[in-house]
This record gives sequence, structure tokens and C-alpha cells, in this order.
Amino acid sequence: MIRLLFISLLLVLPVRAEEVVGALSQNRVAITANFDGSEIFVYGAVKREAPVPEDAGPLEVAITIEGPSEPIMVREKQRKLGIWVNSEAVEVDQAPAFYTVATTGPLEQIISATDRLRHGIGLDKVVRLVGAPSNIDMPERFTDAVVRIKKDQGLYSIQERTVDLTEETLFRTTIALPANLVEGDYRTRMYLMRDRDVISVAETTIVVHKSGLERLIYNMAHEQPLLYGILSILVALAAGWGASEAFRMLRR
Amino acid sequence: MQVYLPIAEVSVNAFLLLGLGGIVGILSGMFGVGGGFLMTPLLFFIGIPPAVAVATEANQIVASSFSGVLAHLRRKTVDLKMGTVLLLGGLLGAAIGVQIFKMLKQLGQVELLVTLCYVVFLGVIGSLMFVESLRAIRRSKQPVKSLPPRKHHSWIHGLPLKMRFRQSQLYISAIPPFIIGALVGILAAIMGVGGGFIMVPAMIYILGMPTKVVVGTSLFQIIFVTGFTTLMHATQNYTVDAVLAVLLLIGGVIGAQIGTRLGVRLKAEQLRILLAIMVLAVCGKLAFDLIVQPSELFSLGGGGH
Repeated sequence: MIRLLFISLLLVLPVRAEEVVGALSQNRVAITANFDGSEIFVYGAVKREAPVPEDAGPLEVAITIEGPSEPIMVREKQRKLGIWVNSEAVEVDQAPAFYTVATTGPLEQIISATDRLRHGIGLDKVVRLVGAPSNIDMPERFTDAVVRIKKDQGLYSIQERTVDLTEETLFRTTIALPANLVEGDYRTRMYLMRDRDVISVAETTIVVHKSGLERLIYNMAHEQPLLYGILSILVALAAGWGASEAFRMLRR
Repeated sequence: MQVYLPIAEVSVNAFLLLGLGGIVGILSGMFGVGGGFLMTPLLFFIGIPPAVAVATEANQIVASSFSGVLAHLRRKTVDLKMGTVLLLGGLLGAAIGVQIFKMLKQLGQVELLVTLCYVVFLGVIGSLMFVESLRAIRRSKQPVKSLPPRKHHSWIHGLPLKMRFRQSQLYISAIPPFIIGALVGILAAIMGVGGGFIMVPAMIYILGMPTKVVVGTSLFQIIFVTGFTTLMHATQNYTVDAVLAVLLLIGGVIGAQIGTRLGVRLKAEQLRILLAIMVLAVCGKLAFDLIVQPSELFSLGGGGH
């Protein structure tokens, strides 16, 4: 919603002198049986119609990759009668499956708080709890928990100073996608900043999809579950019988 | 070698899974337990989502117990008649158990209840078996004074519907095994395991079956209970991961064959005391996790309620 509003605002705003042009080494990531993560090379350049004004601050670049977002249930354990049990649970409305920010400098210093909010840059902006239940105090601890756990799993990261910027014109970085990816569209955005204001944005999408055997099994499990279940049992019985026979032959 | 699991949506080391399957398979062949109570927590630990772990584990147990049963059948250590009576009870119990599980789910706290179930049952059964088998070992070391009366008559022998179970050398009513099967079926459905670790001691101590026959018979009925569970999970939750199952069961079936052979070499009391120690160890670990403050108090679940 905020984004839509912003895009409409952009149309009204005057055309800025600098524009970002970027590309990725690959726009599709196929998850196959031996998928072990993937590296995406992100590169781009700054297109200029006029020379940079002399009083302008240094150019900064931020690149974000955001996986498909969905609500997530967060449960907190508390001690009751001497044992740790799940007590309070809050549904965090939005949490991307994957999120990373790569920048040329410390995130807080290169982008103003307003522009971070407006463009939704940073973990505190993408993991959102909109309607926290009123009976729970300090609901932030639930969003903090999501960020902490996903960081431990290697799914969220802030990589400051990992983008190389040459002559305020060319930039590049490498972003690693971990092995525990889920399917979906991964939105990749490149931001140009001067004086902590975002002056240009470019967006592209990385499509992550299962392929080959992975695709086949996934589709079958969801489209023909009964057949899939029976096949699973038959495979199990065949394997059990096979091992039994193999060992009998070995003993002879 | 990393393998991406299509349903679990995580990437894991294939050799780790083969190894885990193998170890649990050995235990399964030796003791007649499905191994679910060991494997499921292990799968959680390596990062498989719980729903997928429970469902896929059931499928793997089908394979390892079938492999084990074939070995036992050849050795004629399966009481098919007793197994069928237990199984009939088991299926009825499983159907009831699934309903109870649904009710618990609506009340919340399923996870806690399952863990408490584990701790209580593993604790009680483990300690009983441990004490009993220690006594048996001591007895066997002392010179035999007089054999204890082999058939002691209790209320069990007064029940109607008497059947002769040749393999078990028993002539008892079909009602107690049916009830035991049903109770184990209920627990199995709630706890998401085959129920062998409850069934085995029940057969030894309540029904008085010889230990050698118990293992094969337990495996026989586990095949059907876990097969039923696999089908339920596959059709209702879509959580059976074929790739994970295949990796686990390759290790599992080989392990089960080795385990069956190891089990033959061990004495009955030794077999029982080892199983008791294992059961107590798992119980201790689960109880420890409940009491000690976890390092991460929060956990992430799927969307919705």
C-alpha cells in the first residue's frame, strides 16, 4: 500500500539526474535434487544525463533480495509448574522467507529513516506485526524472535560494505542464496542514494522453482496424495524385502 | 553429498541420513521397536520440520519392520495369530487416537502433551524393564534352586474367548491382547510412533509371551499400524517426503537385518536391559529439555492457527 502510494508519488516528482541500471547473473534458480545453495552476482551502472553537482554528497548503493512473504506463527515458552511450555503465541503478519541487504556503507548512515520506511528497507521494515493482540505487552519481542531465528538459519542477513562501487558509476556484489530456499519470486531491488535520500530504484525478480525429480515428487504429493501414499508404502515394502533377500544371499 | 528434500524444503547431507537410518534400523531389528521414538527427535534436531519428520518416519518404519519381519518369519519367531489379534485392536485404537489427537489440537498444547506422554511412558516402562531384567540376570547367575512355576493363573486365565497361540505357547483369552493392541494404537496415534516400545514390554510382562517371539510379532503389527499412519499423513497433510524416506529406509532396512542377527546372539535378559537403558536415556533427554531453560524461548510455526 505504502509502496503503491510511493510509486504514484514518483510519477509526479521531477526526473532525477541519475538513474540506476542493473542486472543479475541469473534470473532463475532451479532447485534440483543436489541443490546446495546458489550465488547471484548482482551488477549495474549509474546512467547520468548531466554531470554530478559539486555540492552533492557521495553516491551510495543498497541491494535487497526479498523472498516470498507470509504470515508466521511465533510461540513463546514460559516456565509453568517447573516445566517449559508454549504459552503466548502471536501471528506475525508478514515475514519474508528470505531477506538480505547488501550496501556500500552502514545502512543507518546511508539511508534516512524516512526513506527506509518508505521503501521498506531493513529487517525491521520487512518483518511486520500489524495488529498485535492487545493482551500481549511488548509485541516487538515476537518480531525480534523471527529475525533472530531466521538469521541463525542463514535466511536473513545485513551485509554492510559488501557492494563495490567504482568511480561512482559501476557497482557489483555477490549474494549467496542458502540451500534451504523455498519456491517463489525473489524481488531484487537496487537503490541509489545521495545525501541519505533514495534517488533511483531498479527492480527485477529472481524466480526460484523446483525442477526435475523435485518438481515431480512435489506435484504428485499434492495432486495425487492417495497414489503417492500407496507408492511410498510399496517402495518401503520393496526396500524391506530387497534388503532381506540380499542378506539371505550374502549368508550363503 | 547434499540432497534437497522436495517436501521438507531443506537441504541435508545424504550420508548423515543413511547413517541415522542404519543405526535406528539396527535397534529396530534387535528389539522389535520401530525406532520412531528415537528417529523423530533426531530428525527434528537436524532441521526437518516436525510435521514432515513424523509422517516420513512412519513410512521408514514400514520398510525396516518389514525387513525385520521377513528375517523373523524365516526363523519362525512370529506369532501370526497373536499379531493379528493385536493388530485388530491396534487399528481400532489408532482410529480412536486420531480423534483424540484432533481434540487436543483444538485445545492447543499438543506438543507438550506428546512430550509428557513420552516422558511418562518411557520412564515407567524403562524403569520396570530395567529392574526386572537386572533381577533376571542376577537369578541366572545364581545356581538354579527351583524353577519358578511357569504358568501362574491369574484373572487373565478366567476370561472367555480362549485361543491357542502355538508359537507363543499360550492358551489364553483373545480379550487381553485385543485391549493391549487398542491401548497401544491410541497412544501410537497420539505420539506419532509405531508403539513397539510399549507393545514389547506389554507382551512380555502382561501376556507372558517368550521374548524371542515378541520381537517378530511386534514388528508384524507395526508394519500395518505405520502403513496406515503413512497413508493418513500423505492424504491429509501432504507431509510424506519420498526422498527423505528413501534415504532413511535404505539405511534402515540394512540396519534391521544386522540388528536381527545381533539380537539372536544376545540373551533375552541382556536384550531387555539394553532396551530399558535406551528407553530411559530418551526419557531422560526429553525430561531434561522440559525442565532446563531452552536457549531460544521462541519457536516459529507455520502460518495460521
